[in-house]
Amino acid sequence: MSILLEVKGLRAKKVTKSGLFAKPKVFELAPIDFVLQAGETMAIIGENGSGKSLLAKLLVGAERPDAGVITLNGEVLQPDNIKQRCLKIRMIFQQGQGSINPGLTLGALLDEPLKLNTEFSTLERKRKIEQTLTQVGLMSEHAHFYPHMLSEGQRQRVLLARALILNPDVIVADEPFAALDPSVRSQTVNLLMKLQRNLGVGFIFISHHLGIVRHISDRILVMKNGEVVETGKTDVIFNWPKHDYTKKLVHAYQTLAKTNK
Amino acid sequence: MLLLDIKNLTVEIDTSTGWVKALDKVSLHLKKGEISALVGESGSGKSLIVRTIVGAIPDRWRITADRMTWKGQDLLSMSAQQRRKIIRNEMSVVFQNANHSLDPTASLGQQLRESVPANQLEEVSFWQRKALRTDIIVKYLHKVGIKDHQQCMRAYPHQVPDDICQKVMLAMALVSKPELLIADDPTMGMEITSKVQILRLLTKLNQTQNLSILFIGHDLSAIANMATHMTVLYSGQTVESGKIGWLHKRPLHPYTKALLDSAPSFRKDLAPKSTLSSLDGTIPTLQHLPIGCRLGPRCPRAQKECVKTPKMRHISSHFYSCHFPLNRGGK
Repeated sequence: MSILLEVKGLRAKKVTKSGLFAKPKVFELAPIDFVLQAGETMAIIGENGSGKSLLAKLLVGAERPDAGVITLNGEVLQPDNIKQRCLKIRMIFQQGQGSINPGLTLGALLDEPLKLNTEFSTLERKRKIEQTLTQVGLMSEHAHFYPHMLSEGQRQRVLLARALILNPDVIVADEPFAALDPSVRSQTVNLLMKLQRNLGVGFIFISHHLGIVRHISDRILVMKNGEVVETGKTDVIFNWPKHDYTKKLVHAYQTLAKTNK
Repeated sequence: MLLLDIKNLTVEIDTSTGWVKALDKVSLHLKKGEISALVGESGSGKSLIVRTIVGAIPDRWRITADRMTWKGQDLLSMSAQQRRKIIRNEMSVVFQNANHSLDPTASLGQQLRESVPANQLEEVSFWQRKALRTDIIVKYLHKVGIKDHQQCMRAYPHQVPDDICQKVMLAMALVSKPELLIADDPTMGMEITSKVQILRLLTKLNQTQNLSILFIGHDLSAIANMATHMTVLYSGQTVESGKIGWLHKRPLHPYTKALLDSAPSFRKDLAPKSTLSSLDGTIPTLQHLPIGCRLGPRCPRAQKECVKTPKMRHISSHFYSCHFPLNRGGK
């Protein structure tokens, strides 16, 4: 398999100042290295405030790293070159409701990335939007709908469509399943796995739900306090965890799963 | 004796298109010292049941029930004052969305202090009460797993993460030593280690202090771990209820089966990356409820009869409402 995304020595520092004289809080993301193969799924797990979301934002270029190199298909991504990056790496944000503009129809919403990033004509754009909507299991008529007319599961599909419409190589998702109900969640999981099989995109996602992580990911990155404490293949991490924190997580997961036999 | 006994509870809401049955003949009962789970997806009316039990719904909604009693006293016919007394002293509720249910203008410490009932402070003289209040709070904060109690009490709800808010809500609910704890998704969005911690705490309280718990949520793995009984709701109708082991082993209703199958951690034999089984479509909204069995349009086994609401049937104490139940062949 070929290497799709390679991250080397990625570092960032985030300073939050709460008051005029308050001591600023500094959050540091330790140097992070990982490799994502083509068509692979990687899950990032860890506790709240461990820098998972920051890492996701660094990958898509929403935050600037202090140091480090991100290489995609052998090509180095410059931190300033947003245009190059947003064609290749797309993000699905945490809250489906909050990251969709309520004043735009879905057609207009999906049109925007195409207008800004491609040279397509109006007709080509329209065709592409219809094609993407059917790809994620919606109908082409949904282009005339407003976000409030959709259910939560459909909204998640729209977010997926927005991520897919530029034919990216990597999709980064921050808690894509957290807000969904079980029956809708398994639909979305199925859809993601199907799309990955067909299109071969790399998929990086953050989740608390270890059941799903175990099911769909090939590789896991465990984070704590801004550091990667362990990384490896899913079954290795779940069966032979090395670091204490990973052991704690896996143990907690197993105590939950034990009584379910 | 039954602690809480609800039979055929119907709640109707006035919408622009007429009266809509948000809850349709829901039955629920809870014995003393039992942990019961109420499972359903969003919009299934779980939270509405909680609000009906504690009386926190608007007056203009129509509530009818054959029976809705708390230790033999009818909750619907008693005066508001009486009901309030019962709810203050004997029940506690942990509402969904902890950081929205807390007062944003008061610090967590102030809110916690307020939740300590006066009768726990009577034994000491008035000048010692303030200190005792704080002692009680700190004890409960440690119990729910907050180590740095001083920082937590000083903070306002927006300054702490969601899971701390949820733990504070739980502490506030437990401080009045209730007989029944209604926990509406108390572990939502928590990471797995603190989730296990909270579940362990609740189980321990149930065993040592004989606390009855009505556990509401859609996280089946958490529920299976602690509850003995489970009631499954779909769109305001009771779909199936009974002992949790039976429901796991032999779900009779297609919806229960779909719910069980949708949690990947439930099936050990599942190969990684295989397709999960799921129901098509989405949960209907209140304005567009299907007639008859509300699962009808999404159900893989639906037939003509399903436009009539199925009656509640049962095999010993395993209740279900479906015309064409699963797993009936074996027995």
